[in-house]
Amino acid sequence: MTERIGQRTLRFDQAPRILSHAAAVGKKEGAGPLGARFDFVAPDDRMGQKSWELAESELQKTAIRTALQKGGLSRDDLDLVLAGDLLNQCTGSFLASMQSDVPYLGQYGACSTMAQGLALGACLLAGGAARRLLAAASSHFCSAERQYRFPLAYGGQRTPTAQWTATAAGAAVLAAGQPGQGAADGDLIITHALFGKMVEMGVTDANNMGAAMAPAAYDTLSTLLADLGAQPRDFDCIVTGDLGHVGADILLTLLREDGIDLSPVYSDCGSLLFGEKQDAHAGGSGCGCSAAVLCGPLLRDMHAGKIRRLVFAGTGAMMSPTSVQQGQPIAGICHAVVIERSGA
Amino acid sequence: MNWMEYVNAFWVGGAICAVCQVFIDRTRLTPARILVSLVVIGVFLQAIGVYQPVVDYAGAGATVPLLGFGYSLAKGVAQAVAEQGLLGVFTGGVTGAAGGIAAAIVFGCLFALLARPQSKS
Amino acid sequence: MKLDKQAYSALLARKSPPSPLWKDCLKAFLFGGAICTVGEGVSNFWQGRGLETADAAAATSITMVFLGALLTCLHLYEKLAKHAGAGTIVPITGFANSIVSPAMEFKSEGLVLGMAAKMFVIAGPVLVYGIAASVVYGLILFALGGGGAP
Repeated sequence: MTERIGQRTLRFDQAPRILSHAAAVGKKEGAGPLGARFDFVAPDDRMGQKSWELAESELQKTAIRTALQKGGLSRDDLDLVLAGDLLNQCTGSFLASMQSDVPYLGQYGACSTMAQGLALGACLLAGGAARRLLAAASSHFCSAERQYRFPLAYGGQRTPTAQWTATAAGAAVLAAGQPGQGAADGDLIITHALFGKMVEMGVTDANNMGAAMAPAAYDTLSTLLADLGAQPRDFDCIVTGDLGHVGADILLTLLREDGIDLSPVYSDCGSLLFGEKQDAHAGGSGCGCSAAVLCGPLLRDMHAGKIRRLVFAGTGAMMSPTSVQQGQPIAGICHAVVIERSGA
Repeated sequence: MNWMEYVNAFWVGGAICAVCQVFIDRTRLTPARILVSLVVIGVFLQAIGVYQPVVDYAGAGATVPLLGFGYSLAKGVAQAVAEQGLLGVFTGGVTGAAGGIAAAIVFGCLFALLARPQSKS
Repeated sequence: MKLDKQAYSALLARKSPPSPLWKDCLKAFLFGGAICTVGEGVSNFWQGRGLETADAAAATSITMVFLGALLTCLHLYEKLAKHAGAGTIVPITGFANSIVSPAMEFKSEGLVLGMAAKMFVIAGPVLVYGIAASVVYGLILFALGGGGAP
């Protein structure tokens, strides 16, 4: 059963379990501070493919394959794949799963896609629509640049608020909780989910996505905390998708005005992914950024018991080159899931 | 060899670029809009007779920035109208800038066939 | 707290670091100036080979476009541009870069609909408005009685 508590939070009676997970990243991401904690680092961002779209799909495939292997599973064990990326028509994802012979649902939530997939997947599992499914998301710097910005060889300059689209993919296999039987010790379970609203605060600068997303993260996190009657300190870690340095700073400021101090437990995947000297300006972004940071370092830390209760709040900017050129504002969206390590 | 002409080319060309940088950093004008503006302004400045003296003073400092592209268009059209009348209105501009345009297309194709884009770090 | 757009845009302005204007301008000045100085050298080279002023100017444009295209193909132009900003965008070498880079990028969608069709995706507007402005100027000259060489 799924129960609605408070305003909008969903609580899963039989919490779906995360069976296995994997992260695959590009060269620059592999050279970053988290580099050693991903399952796969591509020696070359082209992944031996003839186009960037194929390279991205290959990276997502690698994450999916590795996640299945780590769980001792094959594609036949899956009832559904929920996958998404930044490209038009979710090109990276459908190419990755085209030959998989598994039911497929394309997801688009911009950089919040991984959180969207986990939240939706958990609902489907809790409702009995699937027994085992896989959620995945990817992004690739080169395929995103050519769609959203400029050709790679074009000599442009990035502003200090611009974020760097991560070449990364993450995948997680989820399974329905067993009726009448709690999770075993050490299992990672999704206890709650919250689907976010789009929040539009008049941001039009496509080079300042963090600013466009921060109000949505603020809305989702304050709703979640209120619905759960929880304080930030009730969690070991509250992590946003990829607000970057600018957006993260704004989020903390907004919450502080409500008397909520998030800073002791707060991190942002976009700020974690790249080091100071990697010239990523305001930090990482893209579906793959939060997907890989969650499915790599964060879930590993949960297995190790370093994190017992985590809020994963994926943040996305709702825009397209067309909407921006037509002068429309950029809205933010933020979906959250609460992941717990059960038992002692 | 006249060193001053190099100095003049350097500072005038550099100054044009620095002014454009101010517009890129401090206004909402994208680089594409700035380039379009430069070419149109180049045509205008040449039309009102302001740009020729700058070209005479700075040489490549005035012709290499995109203002110079507008200058060539305007100069070409003025010459062609004088020689051919109404037909020159249409043929003059492109004739004046033909070398740069054709070179861009030819070298564009050639180098695009030779190279492929590379990821950045 | 209820967010309102005005308060948010004020907060945003406070929290978003601006581009470092003086540093950017200095670099644009130095790189842009350097490219123009190279152009002056090229122009003198062609004049030294006996070309007249007008022909030397055209030959200089062609040479500078070649150099811009070559540096783009060698992945050097994008690296220079990261620092130079307007210093590499504004010279004609930047015009070449804006043509070669989409041609390279979209080659993966084929030589006709990819490389050739996308070649002017950035530089096209420059030609459209530049040539249109020259025609307007030509019409004015024609209406005023046949032009003449300014």
